[in-house]
Amino acid sequence: MTEPLDRMTLTLTVNGRTIKVAVHPMARLLDILREEIGLTGTKEGCGEGECGACTVLMNGVPVLACLTPACQVDGAEVVTVEGLAKETLHPIQQAFLEEGGAQCGICTPGMLISAFYYLEHPECAENLREALAGNQCRCTGYTKIFSSVRKAAERLGKTIPEV
Amino acid sequence: MPEASLLDFSVFNPRRLDEALSLLAEEENVVPLAGGTDLMVTLETGNLSPCRFLNLMGIAEFQEPFSWCDGKLRMSPLCSYRDTRIDKDVATRYPLLVRAAREVGVLAIQSRGTWAGNIVNASPAADGVPVLMVYDAEVELRSTSGTRTVPLCDFYRGYKEMDRASDELVTGIILPPPPEDRIEYFRKVAPRRLQAITKVLLTGYLLRSDDRIEDCRIVLGSVAPFTLRARETESILRGSVLDSETIKAARAALQGEISPIDDIRSTAMYRRNVAERLLDEFLLSASPESH
Amino acid sequence: MNTKETLEPVESEEAPPIIGENLPRPEGIRKVCGTALYADDLKFDSCLFGRTVRSPAPRGRVRHIAFGEGIPWDEFVIVLPDDIPGENAVTLIEKSQPFLATSVRHIGEPVALIAHHDRALLNKALKAITVEIDEEPAIFSIEEALEGKEIQYGRDNIFKEYRITRGKLEEAFSEADHVLEGVYETGAQEQLYIEPQGVIARADPKGEVTIWGSIQCPFYVQKALAPLFALSPEKVRVIQTETGGGFGGKEEYPNLLSGHAALLSYRAGGAVVRMIYDRREDLFVTPKRHPSRTRIKSAFRKDGTFLGLEVDFVLDGGAYPTLSSTVLSRGILHSFGPYRIPHADLRARVVFTNSTPYGAFRGFGAPQSIFALELHLDRVAHELGLDPAELRRRNFVKKGDTFPTGQVIKEEIDLALLMDTALKKADYARKRKAYEEENRKNPRVKRGISLSVFFHGSGFTGSGEVMLGSKAAVRLLKDGSVEVLSANVEFGQGTNAMFTQITAAILGIPPEWVRIHQPDTAVVPNSGPTVASRTTMIVGRLVERAARRLRERVLEEGGLSQGYTGEEFRETAKRLAAREEFREEAQYVPPPDVHWDEQRYQGEAYSGYSWSCDVADVEVDMTTFQAEVKHFVSVVECGTVVNPIIAAGQIEGGIAQSIGYALYEDVHTERGVMVNNQYTNYIIPTTADIPSIEVSFIRFPLCNYGPFAAKGIGELPADGPAPAVAAAVAHALGYRYINKIPLLPERIAAVVLEEEETAA
Ligand SMILES: Cc1cc2nc3c(=O)[nH]c(=O)nc-3n(C[C@H](O)[C@H](O)[C@H](O)COP(=O)(O)OP(=O)(O)OC[C@H]3O[C@@H](n4cnc5c(N)ncnc54)[C@H](O)[C@@H]3O)c2cc1C
Ligand code: FES
Ligand code: FES
Repeated sequence: MTEPLDRMTLTLTVNGRTIKVAVHPMARLLDILREEIGLTGTKEGCGEGECGACTVLMNGVPVLACLTPACQVDGAEVVTVEGLAKETLHPIQQAFLEEGGAQCGICTPGMLISAFYYLEHPECAENLREALAGNQCRCTGYTKIFSSVRKAAERLGKTIPEV
Repeated sequence: MPEASLLDFSVFNPRRLDEALSLLAEEENVVPLAGGTDLMVTLETGNLSPCRFLNLMGIAEFQEPFSWCDGKLRMSPLCSYRDTRIDKDVATRYPLLVRAAREVGVLAIQSRGTWAGNIVNASPAADGVPVLMVYDAEVELRSTSGTRTVPLCDFYRGYKEMDRASDELVTGIILPPPPEDRIEYFRKVAPRRLQAITKVLLTGYLLRSDDRIEDCRIVLGSVAPFTLRARETESILRGSVLDSETIKAARAALQGEISPIDDIRSTAMYRRNVAERLLDEFLLSASPESH
Repeated sequence: MNTKETLEPVESEEAPPIIGENLPRPEGIRKVCGTALYADDLKFDSCLFGRTVRSPAPRGRVRHIAFGEGIPWDEFVIVLPDDIPGENAVTLIEKSQPFLATSVRHIGEPVALIAHHDRALLNKALKAITVEIDEEPAIFSIEEALEGKEIQYGRDNIFKEYRITRGKLEEAFSEADHVLEGVYETGAQEQLYIEPQGVIARADPKGEVTIWGSIQCPFYVQKALAPLFALSPEKVRVIQTETGGGFGGKEEYPNLLSGHAALLSYRAGGAVVRMIYDRREDLFVTPKRHPSRTRIKSAFRKDGTFLGLEVDFVLDGGAYPTLSSTVLSRGILHSFGPYRIPHADLRARVVFTNSTPYGAFRGFGAPQSIFALELHLDRVAHELGLDPAELRRRNFVKKGDTFPTGQVIKEEIDLALLMDTALKKADYARKRKAYEEENRKNPRVKRGISLSVFFHGSGFTGSGEVMLGSKAAVRLLKDGSVEVLSANVEFGQGTNAMFTQITAAILGIPPEWVRIHQPDTAVVPNSGPTVASRTTMIVGRLVERAARRLRERVLEEGGLSQGYTGEEFRETAKRLAAREEFREEAQYVPPPDVHWDEQRYQGEAYSGYSWSCDVADVEVDMTTFQAEVKHFVSVVECGTVVNPIIAAGQIEGGIAQSIGYALYEDVHTERGVMVNNQYTNYIIPTTADIPSIEVSFIRFPLCNYGPFAAKGIGELPADGPAPAVAAAVAHALGYRYINKIPLLPERIAAVVLEEEETAA
């Protein structure tokens, strides 16, 4: 009979780099990123899926790293905030910098991932408000985040509905 | 960092359904794991007793979210809210599914959370279950000893109690085609617009010929120990003329059926009043005058 | 140091163009790349994790702490009160709570500490500990405290009391055509910074303590930890890590938390100990905004002239004094608003209860008292048949008028202009009428619009700044750039950009050549805490003065002539920095005409005020009783705006928090502790709930003491939104006033339904 696993070797691609780590199969993707791989850009604000600070893309789709267990990440492609900039900042990062989209910055990694996803797939939500509703920010009141995303959209040549 | 020690937990990763079913039949303390959006929170808060998870994500038979058979829609147990929102056919034929899906958490929850998980999690505040009930969904349960289906409306017995044996897996959710020309209603009342737990929810449809109600479904969330199909209220409405008298009677019947409570999220008084107002809003919106 | 210096108001000087520019925040690049390091991101080769054993009872003596079966206790580091090397009390304004209690005063109070390198085992161990308490009766409300039930502090459960009087209030009442009384209540509010509290400590037994953490006031932590370890302050080094929001929540609590982590480290022989709270623990134990109850009685002439004001302002302080006395002080000093009031009697008290101690939160007492006054004025206007804006217009203070504190307004302020600008932007007059029409016809949705006008004092109250005597410094670095040294932290509000702009402006160099040293008590001078809207006006001015001195010296010693280019400055700076430490410091000196009488509570409570008018446009859904803000306008006067995007961002963020305060945020307590202490159960507005927010700045003629005549804005936006929203909701509901926030749908429902019932 099959034995249940309490250790597994996980293979995943993070920001284009393939990585193997040995972890508990219920370890959170959040801890794997932060502690095993050393990518501390992804933040923990609640550990319960509510705040969105841990948002990453998994196979191209936004998920909450605090709710995603290792056993469901095997073979996946993950993109974190550290993976947004290539040679230069991604337009969404540049816009956040210029327009005041980041204040204390703790929500920013998750916010950027959700905004990045929305700009790639504006059809995923009715508007920006819906697309970012899972990323809570206590500093900005969101106004500057909206203007940041609009600016990035312009630079990327995308049209997004008014908020 | 989870409150619970992970050492108390382990995981099975079956690749096929029969494998999963035998594990469920033969092993102790096995808990199916779908999108994990409920289970990971319970684990994090230290409210889960030691167990072995049965990771459903890798099961070959579950990979297609939808299939159609005899005009019925079959949803796989891994079908997520996101799958539902992006499938045009489903959106056209079962619009309430999309309306509910849009209001379950936010995008990042919808990409992982499943309808089957919502059913088995059995929260009275579930947002997926009510619309499935409106569409007369049937739950397909399978174990090594066979397959059976149960109408979702009859699935719950009490708070978090349901008609599912511990060796049974939900293997599908089956939706018959709903009647044509029905008027649908869905409203989730929560402390904010998105990412919020329901305080009161009312959804349903109504089928009218002239001013007479031919058929209807009325389902409520968060006003009883489990998602409530308001059968009494429906029976008052069915066959009646949709007028203010009927609405009044329906409102009264609804009050008799619901049993909301005070908790940290709201009050019984509020839930009672709002449930009735939602019913009123629904029925008025379905009245001949408003069409 | 040049000692013979008085501080004159800055006037007439043309600010260089960098002042008022939208310099992107210097640390922003790290924030958008995910490389900024917050406490939990720091790596140490090996470390222990610490947790706190807490009281299950609100009051009583700890009889026994039982360490249960099945845990290898000998592997754990355990700290009990007896293990504390120095003084077991957090030093703040006065000695406040113990680091570890032997006799508890609230649920959740720390009684012991444990640490282990295995977090899973640590959590399991914590569950295996039982704290047994000989319980005594406890009190949980302002009423119980005032009734004198179970006296637990002083003679009357009152931590602190203030009284401000002016004129003869009886005369106002006998002269008045209209007298109105009201009681206004506000609930506790959680800061909900997205980064929970967290510190890392190393306390090596040789007698040196180092703290890294998410901290607003590094020197407070130093001051609290030195007596705990019986060390001199320099032996305690506190380094602020990138801080993911604070809003006051990380003003005082890090003292206690740092003490805990350091005690564990000390017991562990100097091993590094991490204590990063998870969200549930953070919500459960950290201080929140004080709940308040304000009784107001006002006297008016029927033409709307304000004659007299009586205020009885009471705060629930919780179980320890913490910062409550200063919160109370700021509360009462903002309780009379920007109005001319000839007769006033203002009384303020903060009481003891067996609740988790309440603490600092943006606004610091002012949001509570302003809520009461501004909503009260809306009611007065309604009763007098005046538009609420009109009532205010008739009573605004002007230059030469006097506050009840005796402070004479010296600035050319024009509050009518401020208000009218806001009203116009909000289309107030038209909407106010149109909504009343619409509401008559539409039973399902009711709309309303109203306003608030208010001020917020910059800097510490009264003689607070003199007592602090803050210092900031500027120095040349070897590469010719200039570094600012201060203890004022960046936690989102823009300290780094603001100091950079001021320094670049004074030295005439590009902002890229200005560095900000991370606040580290071993390196930076004590420029005081990052609180009280003081960073721009008070500390910014110190940075400005230090930079001016530095410039003079560079000119003199470097042989640079006026009108130098940035490049020339840099070359000279390199040369000078290579020789020796080249550093200039400035220390706070009070403006010459600012006096404060602490005994009578009279005088210049604040040397500078920022002014604002908010207009809230709301909608109430009568099916669900949910109120939502649809549009929000705020016009702000804060002198020179150093960085408009950052300033507007501060205002917008404060407004969003305060809309939360008004409508959504409910700290649900049972026996004095928060029971909805899960992120999912404490509701703050998201992108989907926040209205469009329109912020603009106007400027009164300059006269101020900040750098380039800039004033503080950090707390201002916490003051006005709640009463504007509550008044707008009352307008929507046909002048049914609900005097208690948050205006949860349940609360609105109760009022509307009761009325429906009486009508039926
Ligand atoms: C931040 C957040 C927001 C949320 N918002 C909402 C909301 O707005 N509305 C709402 O209704 N819910 C909400 N939820 C709850 C949750 O997302 C839903 O209940 C979701 O549908 C659960 O699906 P899952 O696949 O993630 O379930 P899991 O967590 O994987 O499982 C849930 C339960 O179902 C059982 N289970 C799963 N699949 C099967 C199967 N095939 N057979 C037998 N048993 C099975 C599991 O054993 C477990 O008991 C939210 C959760 C979070 C964390
Ligand atoms: S930490 Fe994952 S959502 Fe908050
Ligand atoms: S910038 Fe601080 S929480 Fe968003």
